[in-house]
Amino acid sequence: MDWTALGVSLRLGVATLIVLLPIGLWLGHLLATRSFPGKALIEALITVPLVLPPTVLGFYLLVTFGARSPLGQAFASIAGHALPFSFAGLLLASAIANLPFVVQPIQRAFEAIPSGVRDAAACCGLSPWQRFFQIDLPLAWPGVLTAAMLAFAHTLGEFGVVLMVGGNLPGETRTLSIAIYDRMQAFDDRGAGVMAATLLVVAVGTLMLTTTLAGRTTRRG
Amino acid sequence: MADTPLRVGLRQAGPIPLDVAFDCARGDVLAIFGPSGSGKSTILRAIAGLYAPADAIVRTGDRTWSDTAAGVHVPPHQRAVGLVFQDYALFPHLTARGNVLAALGHRPKAERVARADELLAQVHMDGLGDRRPDALSGGERQRVALARAIARDPAVLLLDEPFTAVDRPVRRRLQDEVDALRRRLDVPVILVTHDFDDVVRLSTHVLLLERGRVMASGPIADVMRRADLPWLRDAVGLGAVVDARVAGVDLERGLATLDIGGPALVVPAAGLTPGALVRVRVPAREVILATQAPAGLSLHNVLAGVVTEVHYLPGTSQVIVQVRVGATHLLAEVTGDAVSRLALTVGAPVHALVKSVSIDLHVVS
Repeated sequence: MDWTALGVSLRLGVATLIVLLPIGLWLGHLLATRSFPGKALIEALITVPLVLPPTVLGFYLLVTFGARSPLGQAFASIAGHALPFSFAGLLLASAIANLPFVVQPIQRAFEAIPSGVRDAAACCGLSPWQRFFQIDLPLAWPGVLTAAMLAFAHTLGEFGVVLMVGGNLPGETRTLSIAIYDRMQAFDDRGAGVMAATLLVVAVGTLMLTTTLAGRTTRRG
Repeated sequence: MADTPLRVGLRQAGPIPLDVAFDCARGDVLAIFGPSGSGKSTILRAIAGLYAPADAIVRTGDRTWSDTAAGVHVPPHQRAVGLVFQDYALFPHLTARGNVLAALGHRPKAERVARADELLAQVHMDGLGDRRPDALSGGERQRVALARAIARDPAVLLLDEPFTAVDRPVRRRLQDEVDALRRRLDVPVILVTHDFDDVVRLSTHVLLLERGRVMASGPIADVMRRADLPWLRDAVGLGAVVDARVAGVDLERGLATLDIGGPALVVPAAGLTPGALVRVRVPAREVILATQAPAGLSLHNVLAGVVTEVHYLPGTSQVIVQVRVGATHLLAEVTGDAVSRLALTVGAPVHALVKSVSIDLHVVS
């Protein structure tokens, strides 16, 4: 059992949520409540990681943030190291790959709130921020929870993008899914089996927790 | 200008055509009546700031909420409006009290809960403050929505089809409560409805709207005595609306007399006390015209008057005749044949015959 790899996976899952949830809430709310030119393009761009092979995503990320690109050089001059094959690079890749998993459930949850309820909140004198925190967020809570859990579970399982962008550095970018592949290559069936079972248990546990919590909030509301 | 509590002027060619302008005074209830799709709700949304027509003026007292020419559009949460939505739009995750509290942000924190309970008590919802909307009946939700609308201490109260989702008996009770409420509030009230019953029971003024345009507007009695509103005739039937005081009650005969400024109007006495203010509606189809006072009739009201207007309804053989009786006007719907047989022209003396039981009546206060 590669405990370090499990640590990297969990750290990546939590960090992805911290980065992605605010973005997902903002984008989901924007897409659910406003219509503006270019909305269809933004929705398509958010969804595209869902249908693209992870290798294609990884390829473009490497091109965009590689040592030879302006963005990559800018990052290297600030952080002191290149983005690819680092935890930060992995996090960026994970955030982009998980965007659809976070934005879509949140957007649907905000869309399910009748527009009259939002109008009523405005007529009650609630400012846009107060409306968001007192009305929108509590009502969309099950959707937000689903989004968070989906993204977390999906991050743990991500393989292709991680391998392309992060490589296989122990303690830095070697996640549990990479470690399983590693063990299989080394004919360590037992090691791979233990880690695969660990991932399975964590994934099932996460999804069960989501269903339970979402069910409870729905019944309460 | 500062004396006009609410001044509204809205105009745009599309997508929802609008061309309306009106004032509403403190304590007045302006009913906007028209078929669905005529733009009624849009007018309310524009006043609340939820919708911005191409050309809009909305002023309350000395404050300007909308003035497109000057580039002014105050966002809805900064307008002191109370809006009761058609489907109530209560916050489903908050209790009845929570819903009212949400609109009390302008009050000091310490007094909000007490104020919320006071408002709930005003709409007869005391003891139900801890219930969520899904545990309330339609009428109760409506009351919470009303309490929430008043909670903001609004400068204008807007009611958008407030009674559509409740059945008739509850509707009557709610109408009475809204009536009592607006007398206490003393703010301009705009009521949007497609139910004529709401108009007759609640409004002081009427604005008839069709496809965004004003067909008629003014005090209810002035609009309802007009003979030239074929659209209103097709929708609900024409009929004069008169506010009157009960002059006397004869319990033995079961009749009451109403003072309408001229000959007395006789109506069934049920529930009436002398001095009470009542509003009556005399349906035009229930009024018979005669050139001479007939004898040996079962009906009580033979009112001598003068023809003041004869209006031929286009596309029909029906004619609307307006008759001045004392200080008020009644409408009678008769056939064109009757008009020529009786030689009913403007200025002709005539008797209006009205069965006492055909008069719609309700006590105002």
